[in-house]
Amino acid sequence: MSERERDDHSGTETTGHEWDGIKELDTPLPRWWLWVFYGSILWAIVYWVLMPAWPGVSGYTKGVLGMSDRADVVRELDGLKAHRQAGEAKLRTASLQQIEADPDLQAYAMQVGQSVFGDNCATCHGAGGGGGKGYPNLRDDVWLWGGSLDEIRHTLEVGVRSGHAQAKGETVMPAFGRDQMLTDAQIADMTEYVVALSRRKANQAAVTRAAQTYADQCAACHGPAGAGDPARGVPNLTDAEWLYGSDRASISEQIWNGRNGVMPSWQARFSPETIKALAVYVHANAGGDAEPAQAAAKEGVVAVATAK
Amino acid sequence: MTQAASKRDGAPFDAIALYTFTGVAALLSILATAFTQDPSFRFHGYVLIAGFVTAFFAMSLALGAGKLSSDQSRYADGVIRAGVIATMFWAVVGLLVGVVIAAQLSWPTLFYFPELPFLNFGRLRPLHTSAVIFAFGGNALIATSFYVVQRTCKARLAGGAWPWFVFWGYQLFIVLAATGYVAGITQSREYAEPEWYVDLWLTIVWVAYLLVFLGTIWKRKEPHIYVANWFYLAFIVTIAILHLVNNAAVPVGLLEAKSYSAFSGVQDALTQWWYGHNAVGFFLTAGFLAMMYYFVPKRVERPVYSYRLSIVHFWSLIFIYIWAGPHHLHYTALPQWAQTLGMTFSIMLWMPSWGGMINGLMTLSGAWDKLRTDPVVRMMVVAIAFYGMSTFEGPLMSVRAVNALSHYTDWTIGHVHSGALGWVGFISFGAIYCLVPWLWKKDRLYSNALVEWHFWIATTGILLYIAAMWVSGIMEGLMWREYTPQGYLANAFVETVAAKHIENVIRTIGGLMYLSGAVIMAYNLWRTVRLPSPATSELATPIATPTPALAAAE
Repeated sequence: MSERERDDHSGTETTGHEWDGIKELDTPLPRWWLWVFYGSILWAIVYWVLMPAWPGVSGYTKGVLGMSDRADVVRELDGLKAHRQAGEAKLRTASLQQIEADPDLQAYAMQVGQSVFGDNCATCHGAGGGGGKGYPNLRDDVWLWGGSLDEIRHTLEVGVRSGHAQAKGETVMPAFGRDQMLTDAQIADMTEYVVALSRRKANQAAVTRAAQTYADQCAACHGPAGAGDPARGVPNLTDAEWLYGSDRASISEQIWNGRNGVMPSWQARFSPETIKALAVYVHANAGGDAEPAQAAAKEGVVAVATAK
Repeated sequence: MTQAASKRDGAPFDAIALYTFTGVAALLSILATAFTQDPSFRFHGYVLIAGFVTAFFAMSLALGAGKLSSDQSRYADGVIRAGVIATMFWAVVGLLVGVVIAAQLSWPTLFYFPELPFLNFGRLRPLHTSAVIFAFGGNALIATSFYVVQRTCKARLAGGAWPWFVFWGYQLFIVLAATGYVAGITQSREYAEPEWYVDLWLTIVWVAYLLVFLGTIWKRKEPHIYVANWFYLAFIVTIAILHLVNNAAVPVGLLEAKSYSAFSGVQDALTQWWYGHNAVGFFLTAGFLAMMYYFVPKRVERPVYSYRLSIVHFWSLIFIYIWAGPHHLHYTALPQWAQTLGMTFSIMLWMPSWGGMINGLMTLSGAWDKLRTDPVVRMMVVAIAFYGMSTFEGPLMSVRAVNALSHYTDWTIGHVHSGALGWVGFISFGAIYCLVPWLWKKDRLYSNALVEWHFWIATTGILLYIAAMWVSGIMEGLMWREYTPQGYLANAFVETVAAKHIENVIRTIGGLMYLSGAVIMAYNLWRTVRLPSPATSELATPIATPTPALAAAE
């Protein structure tokens, strides 16, 4: 039943099969197609001879070039380490204050710091250190854990509630609502009290009702006037900076849930020099607290001005 | 009439078997839902009850009316018509979700709803990929395979009512998968996200599909098996194997949604990408090549270019594809020798893939003028061109040195979409433009002008999409590997994200254009179905007379 016929257009014979009106020409394989196919097979065989390729019972063919990804990675990482060593050596002996004072050292530390910050810190603190809800803004003058060069370095080293033996953050904000330490009504009043602390308009009756609760539950850490305690990372409640939001819903949620932020300890991951560079970067980029010496000088100026 | 005679014979065995199966499944799903402690599992239990109970009552009514007998002198086209409708429905859904997540990537704050977790990118992304690959692509493959195998075997589909089970069972799989993703039920394996019980259900449906397909080939009235059927069969068999191996898992409990994979570590990664890459090879390539081998010669009314090429490229494609998966794991914990094999087999795969392109394109020789006159032909030819381009780009990207730059970047996304939008999408659209007039017995499409609009809007959309992804992919690849003179990475990850904002917006526009094309198509097809039919024609096609290529004859 199958009859080969000649196709008028191409002059090629069909195979003689037909399905639902579809026929097939018996065109030979295109030569270029076949040769490229052979070529790619040949290339693969050559590649197998040169590179690690076929597995055996115990091990694999290593290839005559002796290439190894693992060896390459080790070599490249060693090379990178050596390359960084040259620069880091400059930071090793200098103190943080000396680095900041020397324009060359400072420029180097800033470049390293920016790169390391972008890869490791920006995930939480945002590109440029602007922060976000629950993640401190590093560009303002408010420092939960102190903003001097040495304090920033220490925070980087030990982290906050990080599991490090000397981690900061032993003081925690209790979950007054979740743990049923305060009633919902008390939390509502306390929210007004906190709003009033930050010198905003609040419900006076609620503030009066909450005063005793504040003295009993909050003042021990936040202070009687709500000024906080940088030594223990206790936030100042009287300023305009709010880690978990300044609106009533956010404040009430924080009293109810008592979230406590966590920052990793970077000691195991970065060399001391890298941490120095980061501290300088964060300090300079964020306009950190003035150094004690400078602060004393400033105070002197103020004192003089007052004396006049 | 034979039809009337068979109606009086009472319900056939296949329908009774399916009826019993549905009843038992309904009962089991009610029991499982009643006794589970897991809210996720219970949620899917309700979906299963709804599906099976509805099916059980529908079958009760159909059996009572004597409707489930099959007339062996005619093709089973009802299930294909349903498949075409499902294909277009899921195409629009899947593309729409794609546009939404592209917008989320372009404007992350505008489309971010922390209070509505089911709208999160992480849940919508698998919804998009599964909806376009498995719901749109899968329905297109099942529907066209049912059409092609009947026509090229001159036999009605085997299994009586069971092709309908394959259709509805597959839709149930899609609904279970999709609702699972948005509800957060996932086993976190890319392109194989559904949990163990959904995998088991798909296995049952897929075995039924295989048996229907093989049974139809078994009772064929043609001496030989047509090349399209080789490809469909390779697709069905290999997907079954891939699915079973990659989804091997131990459920936490028989009434719990969660399961744990049988594999771990680098073996797990390799199994996943053996699966992932061969899903591309056997679902998105072999299956749609089958479509090409029937609809292109049929539409242009020319013989297939080379029988010998079809044999050689079929077997070389099947043999080589299965090795290429490790190229997804270059420079990872996967041993280097495995990476070498993955890369070299990917290079050797280049010509076997192009064999299909040559056979498709050269089939037009002697009918090239149809590119100008018939937009449906043009759509299929552009599909084959995109197939050729992405099967060249694929081996190129599998080369380790290239992959070191391209991997994890948008370049990969662009590559996937030139294959998915260009090849899979366009060849399916072409096949459906052919099928709708044939299946609904119309002598033409409602509007060729609308096909032109669809073609040009969608083609421009694809080009915008892939060009934007090339630019952003290469840019972010270069940014990731850039070091400062001090020996530290120059760019923070978030900076590389910010740098490709414009490309992301262009991608969204390209996707929106592609979606618009599909909506135009759906409208055109709906109007085609509503065209008046020629007075003499009956919806069911008798097997003795081959279907006249009505639309192709315009």
